[in-house]
Amino acid sequence: MVHKKHAGPPQVLLGPLGGGLSEARSSGGALIELTGIERVFTLGDSEVHALATLDLAIDSGEYVAIMGPSGSGKSTLLNLLGLLDHPNAGVYRLEGRDVTTLSADEQARVRRERIGFVFQSFHLVPRLTAAENIALPLMLAGIDPAERSRRVDKTLQDFGLANRADHRPDQLSGGQRQRVAIARATIMRPAMILADEPTGNLDRATGEEVVHLLESLNAGGVTLLMVTHDAALGARARRRVMMEDGYKVSDGA
Amino acid sequence: MTPTDTLRFASRAATGYPLRTALMVLAMSIGVAAVVVLTALGDGARRYVVNEFASLGSNLVIVLPGRSETGGFNPANAITETPRDLTVEDAQALTRAPAVLRTAPLTVGTSEATYGGKLRDVTVVGAGADYLKLRRMELAQGRFLPAEEPNAAVAVIGAKIQSDLFGIESAIGRILRIGDRRFRVIGVLGQSGQGLGMNADEIVVLPVAVAQAMFNTNTLFRILVEAKNRALLEQAKVQTLEILKARHDGEEDVTVITQDAVLATFDRILGTLTYGVAGIAAISLAVAGILVMNVMLVAVTQRTGEIGLLKALGAEGAAIRNAFLAEAALLSATGAIVGYLLGQAGAFALRTAMPTLPAYPPDWAVIAALVTALVTGLLFGVMPARRAARLDAVQALSKR
Ligand SMILES: Nc1ncnc2c1ncn2[C@@H]1O[C@H](COP(=O)(O)OP(=O)(O)OP(=O)(O)O)[C@@H](O)[C@H]1O
Ligand SMILES: [Mg+2]
Repeated sequence: MVHKKHAGPPQVLLGPLGGGLSEARSSGGALIELTGIERVFTLGDSEVHALATLDLAIDSGEYVAIMGPSGSGKSTLLNLLGLLDHPNAGVYRLEGRDVTTLSADEQARVRRERIGFVFQSFHLVPRLTAAENIALPLMLAGIDPAERSRRVDKTLQDFGLANRADHRPDQLSGGQRQRVAIARATIMRPAMILADEPTGNLDRATGEEVVHLLESLNAGGVTLLMVTHDAALGARARRRVMMEDGYKVSDGA
Repeated sequence: MTPTDTLRFASRAATGYPLRTALMVLAMSIGVAAVVVLTALGDGARRYVVNEFASLGSNLVIVLPGRSETGGFNPANAITETPRDLTVEDAQALTRAPAVLRTAPLTVGTSEATYGGKLRDVTVVGAGADYLKLRRMELAQGRFLPAEEPNAAVAVIGAKIQSDLFGIESAIGRILRIGDRRFRVIGVLGQSGQGLGMNADEIVVLPVAVAQAMFNTNTLFRILVEAKNRALLEQAKVQTLEILKARHDGEEDVTVITQDAVLATFDRILGTLTYGVAGIAAISLAVAGILVMNVMLVAVTQRTGEIGLLKALGAEGAAIRNAFLAEAALLSATGAIVGYLLGQAGAFALRTAMPTLPAYPPDWAVIAALVTALVTGLLFGVMPARRAARLDAVQALSKR
């Protein structure tokens, strides 16, 4: 992992399409609108600029791959977008609303209703069955059990997991686990799915299946943001955001 | 998250880690069981004493020679010379008090009884003819000391003396040697069971004058006075004191106590003992509480990734805190219930082993133990639960 100090003026590193494009997008009713985002980690007396002077606008329904070398700030960006982390400076507008100033509980509500996470390491609760893992967001939202099981059953069908409903994560393959995780991320019908290297722990074929699944969800209208190291996977996205040392260095098709 | 879901989630978490859960339930249950068993023992002892006293008869006034010091220092007493002895005549005088039904002068000593080559130590009680009725004792055979012959060389023996010295042969009419004197046995006392203070099965009752002669004394150990009824108990006490004061040249040199006072003292002492024992046992509950805290802290560390996930899925801090609190509460509630059952089983075992001891845990102790277990569990669960709720989501998620 590379820890670097603030490297210099952002303009130097900006790609040819960078600034212009995001400005154009932010003028419309963008789903996501980041302006002047800074994220600084302090380690002892050294500062790590995980994100610097970041502007980014993403419309509803987009399919964006976030790419870049290790330590370039991809995960930090995704965490910020998912309201798990807070910028040191800048404004984050989600669906037109400034969400950086929301209280912790209000942010939790936004996460619950508008954002779905997919992680590299799946993050399933080991003692709960596939169905129970998928039902977690519904439970946290206080949806009544009858409605919950109806929606979980439907989702299990849709994701081809019906015969795995009562299996615990350790009884599932990696691909099945990630499918459960994706089912869980979508069950609240969020506006966007944030996937941080969703294929990182999977073999190529299984990884491709998972990406196809995510893409089909995107085709259904969900905004998809996916961090990936894999150039081939990145190439499938309609838009690629390249990161380096906390700066966005390119952004486009 | 609805309360039902919180509870279900917490119970799934508790059953998901059986060893940890079992450990915590055990610690909590030992604490509760200790309170239940120890208070059962303490309160059993108290009840036993109270019952024993009640069976002695509750209309009794007891006269002791000498001024009691329990009343605190009284300068009037300081100048009193050695107190006058209690005598048989004093006891007789007391029967004339209007509130008094009967009296029993009492002198007590030990001696050896021999019959047919067999020898054993006996407690010799010198008493009057009214002693039997006053103590509510029964005769198994024969009759009690005759009132009309206060100097007769006759004896009434306890059931154990009968069986030890005479076996199955009736003692009535036999000559029993006590010390160097010979007595004709005229009665055998009924089996009294384990009595308080003095075991009536192992005594030999002689006419008080004879016993005094035997022990070469004029004084009495006690005078037992029975009031005509319970309402007259206080009057009997006052009249007893007046009469004895008059007979002792105006000197108040005796102590007059009622059963109630003795009973209340014992009740208080043993009650305090029970509280003390309960307090000591409660310390183990506090220790269990600290264990709860540590186990829950370990649980929070163990499940950091899960907490991060719940946050990512939109759980509010309160939902996570409540889930962990509910888990602590469930564990301590289970511990409390298991402990209660263990404690009751222990008390039952005590009662089986010692049938005379009414070893039932008092209600207050049971309630206090259960409440303390729940409260400590919750109290010590708060800190870990808050820590869980405050975890940074990103860092929690990256932990694995
Ligand atoms: N909690 C933290 N404390 C200190 N530094 C951090 C922290 N989180 C991230 N960083 C630093 O911020 C920078 C960006 O990290 P980030 O995890 O976003 O990188 P990434 O692009 O996701 O890398 P990778 O591809 O390896 O996952 C790195 O230099 C990293 O060391
Ligand atoms: Mg990363």
